[in-house]
Amino acid sequence: MPPHANEHTRRSGLGRVLIAVYAVLALAALGRSFFQIATKFHDAPVAYVLSAVAALIYVVATIALIAPGRTWMRVAWVTISIELAGVLIVGFLSIFLPVLFPHDTVWSVFGRGYLFLPLVMPILGLLWLRRSRSPLAVAGETR
Amino acid sequence: MIEWLTLLQILVAVVGGAIAVMLGLIGRRPSDLTMAFTGVVALLLIVQLGVAIASPIMGNEPSGSLLEFYIYLISAILIPFGAGFWALLDRSRWSTIILGVACLAVAIMLFRMSQIWFIQGA
Repeated sequence: MPPHANEHTRRSGLGRVLIAVYAVLALAALGRSFFQIATKFHDAPVAYVLSAVAALIYVVATIALIAPGRTWMRVAWVTISIELAGVLIVGFLSIFLPVLFPHDTVWSVFGRGYLFLPLVMPILGLLWLRRSRSPLAVAGETR
Repeated sequence: MIEWLTLLQILVAVVGGAIAVMLGLIGRRPSDLTMAFTGVVALLLIVQLGVAIASPIMGNEPSGSLLEFYIYLISAILIPFGAGFWALLDRSRWSTIILGVACLAVAIMLFRMSQIWFIQGA
């Protein structure tokens, strides 16, 4: 397989919808986090720093899904994996040990405040990355 | 914020969003119809910006945080314009779905904005 055979598929077809939803999620998380840090940072510095970090990871993941090249592909794998780990860990902790997360973050209760998109998107993202890596996908949707 | 205007806009955004997602799923490219819905949603957001600026002067104060309201409003304005440009550059069925997703996202954000304005601090 030529080194850039996956470039075509990563940004084509359904991948574009994925990128668009990621962009909206990144925007929403950034806006929320900016507001939290600007107005009530001292209430819960840890939770709000976590929100900001999560927001930045969404931004990087969005860029990595769009940008060409193997390095960006790897960045996409890493950031989306971190997102999945983050939403699962914070999601479970916020339900079973709510003391740890008295304040809302993007990942609290598996992203309830964001229509559970923080839980759904990384799973779809990883499936998509895996699919666009396989040679079969080259024959996929191009319309 | 004006209640009926916001309700009307949420309705337009939900209907337009659902139509675009369905048309995209059956393979239609971005059309005048789906672009028009996105355009109207964008235009009404500009109207919302005007209303938001004028309202407090006329005694219609938000019950919640004005800063949070504006973060939502500015973000919401970016979305339909972004999706619209995308649809102009990429004439595929997927752009139609993206137009729909953009409209639905704006609908959710408008709902949140109305909560901030009418309910949050009340």
